[in-house]
Amino acid sequence: MEEITLASQLLQYTITGITIGSIYAMVAIGFNIIYNVTEAINFAQGEFVMLGGLVMVFFRVALNIPLVFSLPLTILVVTAVGILLDRLAIRPIREPSVLVMIIATIGAAFFIKGAAMFIWGKNPFDLPPFSGRNPITFWGAVVQPQSLWVVGFLVVVVIVLTLFFDRTILGKALRACAVNPDASSLVGINVKHMVLLSFALSAAIGALGGIVITPISLMEYDRGAMLAIKGFSACVLGGMGSFPGAIIGGLIIGLIESLGAGLISSGYKDAFALLVLLFVLFLKPSGLLGSAEVSKIRKF
Amino acid sequence: MGKALGLTKQRNLIQFTAFALGLFLLPWLAQHVPYIAHYIDVMVFAGIYSIITIALCLLMGFAGQISLGHASFFGLGAYISGVITTKYGLNPWLCLLMGMGVSGVVALVIGAPSLKLRGHYLAMATLAFCIIITIIFNENLAYTGGPDGLAFIPGMTIMGYPLDSVAKYYYLVWSIVLVTLLLSLNIIRSRVGRALRSIHDSELAASAMGVNISKYKICVFVFSGVVASVAGSLYAHYLNFINPASFDLFVSIKLLIMIILGGMHSLWGAIVGATLITFLSYEWLHYFEEAEGMIYGIIVLIIVIFLPGGLVSIPQKVRSLWAR
Repeated sequence: MEEITLASQLLQYTITGITIGSIYAMVAIGFNIIYNVTEAINFAQGEFVMLGGLVMVFFRVALNIPLVFSLPLTILVVTAVGILLDRLAIRPIREPSVLVMIIATIGAAFFIKGAAMFIWGKNPFDLPPFSGRNPITFWGAVVQPQSLWVVGFLVVVVIVLTLFFDRTILGKALRACAVNPDASSLVGINVKHMVLLSFALSAAIGALGGIVITPISLMEYDRGAMLAIKGFSACVLGGMGSFPGAIIGGLIIGLIESLGAGLISSGYKDAFALLVLLFVLFLKPSGLLGSAEVSKIRKF
Repeated sequence: MGKALGLTKQRNLIQFTAFALGLFLLPWLAQHVPYIAHYIDVMVFAGIYSIITIALCLLMGFAGQISLGHASFFGLGAYISGVITTKYGLNPWLCLLMGMGVSGVVALVIGAPSLKLRGHYLAMATLAFCIIITIIFNENLAYTGGPDGLAFIPGMTIMGYPLDSVAKYYYLVWSIVLVTLLLSLNIIRSRVGRALRSIHDSELAASAMGVNISKYKICVFVFSGVVASVAGSLYAHYLNFINPASFDLFVSIKLLIMIILGGMHSLWGAIVGATLITFLSYEWLHYFEEAEGMIYGIIVLIIVIFLPGGLVSIPQKVRSLWAR
């Protein structure tokens, strides 16, 4: 039997860390999209990931629709939920102050979580992995093929989003709203539609994250909250509003969590990401790649 | 007499006395109407949560600082009371004071760096704090009993008389509620209260006028933390059993919902909201247990969209509608 060396353990933790870090990065990207356009934090972001996993379970396992169709179908469904969230919970608010937005999105998150518990119950669900469960071994560590899918999808999301924001009119319109909503509406951009779009995009990305991580770590109705919190930690660590920051932040949080759980204590696993968050908030709220102006002058 | 208590406007004095009288008579009423007999038990919990929400309302509604971490102060008070009375047998009141001390220090340590943050960042910092404390409660099995909880916590005694009936506890808890209410009403009407409101409206303007923002924010934060700790101790000694699940993020958010439901800018609203939500979760949701989360979500959304001033703003709205 192969000896488990410290090196191979570290490698294993790193692989796990990168895998879960990619999910946090996707959640962080979702936060950033909505934040960039509305200056609000969407506490329901984690619920999109949860829904992505559970809805996919419904389509793939209960209805036995092949992966190729159930994946886009799931993303469509969760995007619809995101749109509903904007229309029913965000748009009707007459005086959107910070506190009100936080509470509204928390309320919505509660509602979605409660509905999920109602529909799917409290048990965790499994998904068949995209390309089988045969683990790939190298250097004493084991990689599930699904992990490669996770990282792969993150890369795809990043590339697609970068192209979208840089090369398409719609993407540029979104960025304009982030910079100055009033000026944007003066040049003819419908800001309300952009807000809707940002929610739809965030929901879609979150759903993708949920779909792709469920074969590895299962999915149950109450995962949303911790995912949202850790995704937010990643967001803040990388710098609020910055996409490369979200990715770096996500991966770092994932690594810290995985290494911390493996080397120090698995009971405190969740605490690591939160300690990082507190650390960053207290010492450098603008994060690694964010600018100081963004965090201080922007009125909250 | 009203002036002595700090209730200057006649309306406030009447309101307060009527409220106190109603509270006093409730157990007698409950004895004679069998259907609501056990409401007194629920009212004890409502009172405990009211204590927290009144102070939290000061922090959130008047000083404008968001805290998602107050369930942790609640829990600190409960666990310190619980652990020290069960392991070392000290007097519950002494432990309550110790809890207050510890919570105060923790609030200071957490509050000082956190309150420099604004809006979402402050919310997340307090949220992170809340979860970390919950994890600590869960992991320290030797002291706290971990997820299984801590049992056989003794009840309280006042100068030798054991508080062994629900009605006695009811009176104790709601007396403390009234004291907290008086304290908070006085704070609002004082210089401190005006300073808090100026901070809420505009930190920049307030500091330009010479208000020491950090000092006031931290003071209110520590005050609310200490008060929450008192509530926690009362909770531990009433239920005689505590576990970390009673003090987690969900509870913090529930406290927020209580304040929003009642009316964020009104101390009375804090009591109303706490009582309603307590009844909801302990009594009325027995049939819809599974829908608890959903119902809270709907309540929040309805209030935020249709009634931002909370339930206490209803009389005003009715009046303005009537006047048209």
